[in-house]
Amino acid sequence: MDAPALETRELTIRFGGHVAVDKVSCSFRAGTLTAIVGPNGAGKTTYFNLISGQLKATFGTVLLKGEDMTGLSVSARTHRGMGRAFQLTNLFPNLTVAENVRLAVQSRAGVGLDLVSLWSDRAILIEKAEAMLDRVRLAERRLATVASLSHGDQRKLEVALMLALEPDIFMFDEPTAGMSVDEVPTILELIQGIKARSDATILLVEHKMDVVRSLADRIIVLHNGQLVADGPPAEVIASPVVQEAYLGQAVA
Amino acid sequence: MLRHLLSGDLPRSHALGAVLMIVLVALAGAPFLFPGSQSLNVAAKICVFIVLAASYDLLLGYTGIVSFAHTMFYGIGGYGIAIAMHGISATWGAMGIGIALALLASLILAVIIGLFSLRVRAIFFAMITLAVASAFAVLASQLRDITGGEDGRSYSVPMVLRPSFRLFDEPVLGVSITGRMLSYYIVFFSSLLLFLAALRIVNSPFGRVLQAIRENEFRAEALGYRVVVYRTVASVLSAAMATLAGALMALWLRYTGPDTTLSFAIMIDILLMVVIGGMGTLYGAVLGAVIFILAQNYLQLVMAKLSAATSGIPLLPQLLHPDRWLLWLGILFVLSVYFFPTGIVGRLRAGRR
Ligand SMILES: Nc1ncnc2c1ncn2[C@@H]1O[C@H](COP(=O)(O)OP(=O)(O)OP(=O)(O)O)[C@@H](O)[C@H]1O
Ligand SMILES: [Mg+2]
Repeated sequence: MDAPALETRELTIRFGGHVAVDKVSCSFRAGTLTAIVGPNGAGKTTYFNLISGQLKATFGTVLLKGEDMTGLSVSARTHRGMGRAFQLTNLFPNLTVAENVRLAVQSRAGVGLDLVSLWSDRAILIEKAEAMLDRVRLAERRLATVASLSHGDQRKLEVALMLALEPDIFMFDEPTAGMSVDEVPTILELIQGIKARSDATILLVEHKMDVVRSLADRIIVLHNGQLVADGPPAEVIASPVVQEAYLGQAVA
Repeated sequence: MLRHLLSGDLPRSHALGAVLMIVLVALAGAPFLFPGSQSLNVAAKICVFIVLAASYDLLLGYTGIVSFAHTMFYGIGGYGIAIAMHGISATWGAMGIGIALALLASLILAVIIGLFSLRVRAIFFAMITLAVASAFAVLASQLRDITGGEDGRSYSVPMVLRPSFRLFDEPVLGVSITGRMLSYYIVFFSSLLLFLAALRIVNSPFGRVLQAIRENEFRAEALGYRVVVYRTVASVLSAAMATLAGALMALWLRYTGPDTTLSFAIMIDILLMVVIGGMGTLYGAVLGAVIFILAQNYLQLVMAKLSAATSGIPLLPQLLHPDRWLLWLGILFVLSVYFFPTGIVGRLRAGRR
């Protein structure tokens, strides 16, 4: 069988005495959406940071299509197909919405070190950025600075930046957190759209159980940095350990 | 056409556009509009400092890098000319060699500083640049045989640039075309070209990445931009521009010494020009340089007049005595930073909306 799209082997990080991610071994196949659940502070975001390279593992490895990426920088991992949408919105606040997306498109196209042409000259990049803005329903706000956007629109843009990179691995960290109810469907549709592609590998950290149930092919549960459950959604949600410890209220 | 020359980065404010136009016309016609060696000297200084401040804005305003080594690169340009013209000959060839070697030296230094220290936190980077610049200044004053030490170097320039040279026998528009004037136009057109080049750089795909790094370095890296590489390239470009500015100044002054190139006072001046004009706009560097150099040269004169005019009133004449000019300059800066936190350009652009 082929190597999995993404795999972590005994991935571990310690902050002082605290082990935030503890020997997590897990592989993710292309074409599946895996939901990662667990209580606050369980280590979900830290796990993502280890995969995309913001944090360096104390121990263990990260493999992308069988290739060891543990020693690579964040930008190198991005160029190899890692995509990340952050839990805490993480944008370029004084640039416009269009410029933000364009920066992602341009990185994908690899023209960042072009010093002599005009930013406004490359029609293909502009079209791609515009198309992305349409997709996340931000086209009307294209000339607004990010700092002036509502929280919900910033979340959409956060996702748009990842999509514009056209990655193989999509990591969503609570994409709908803090969004108003009527804005959530836009994000869910987007995720469904990516899922429709058979080769996309999606990791989704999400607290809302209904969202997880409707999207996930598989659920893994982190608790105190350890992987404590892994399986099909119905099974994991029904398992006693998950029921009482972490999902009690959400499921009730 | 104009839009293309300005790389699509228009002033975006009528007032700003008008002011820039006045500056351009005044500098372009300076030898005819303001004859006299003192005023031509001020005009040439303004040209050079526009380039110097603009190149610093590339770092400070666009990339968010605080460096105190900018005068070092400026000095390298100056000494490149000085050493070549003094040591080899007062020819164009020697000048070319001096500029080329100065650019090479700046490039190497900028890359080394960049790679070693742009990885560390901003405050440490600023410290490192300060240390390197101080070391360089000490070195320049101690290598007396090469640099002329504290006295600096005076040298001749090619024949056609000397004050005694006359291009035509007859004056043009009542002004005779001297070598001095030709020197001025070399300074003017080189500065204009360098400024337009800087405008192009900040409006290129690369320039937007620099802004992205300034805004959020963490996310720029996550989008796949190798921040260290971009910062180093920005440092190199900025250093090269400063070096050329230094060379122009050296050509104009026919003298290079520690006080005219490497002094920390110049570093502070550049910093203030950029901040007062408006960081991250380049046009701010133009306004900052113009205001600063004019104030430096004419504030004392104005104050002497005011002091004399208020002679009957108690206290005022003392306050307005020409020796207090630095105090007033300081007050002007504090006020402008307080009232225009986004600089004069930021204020003018906001006023339009
Ligand atoms: N850089 C860091 N230094 C020290 N401790 C950290 C660091 N990053 C995370 N931690 C700790 O690691 C633990 C896991 O944090 P993490 O953010 O991964 O949790 P999470 O599962 O994403 O929680 P939430 O659902 O609230 O987002 C927490 O106890 C946190 O305080
Ligand atoms: Mg988290």
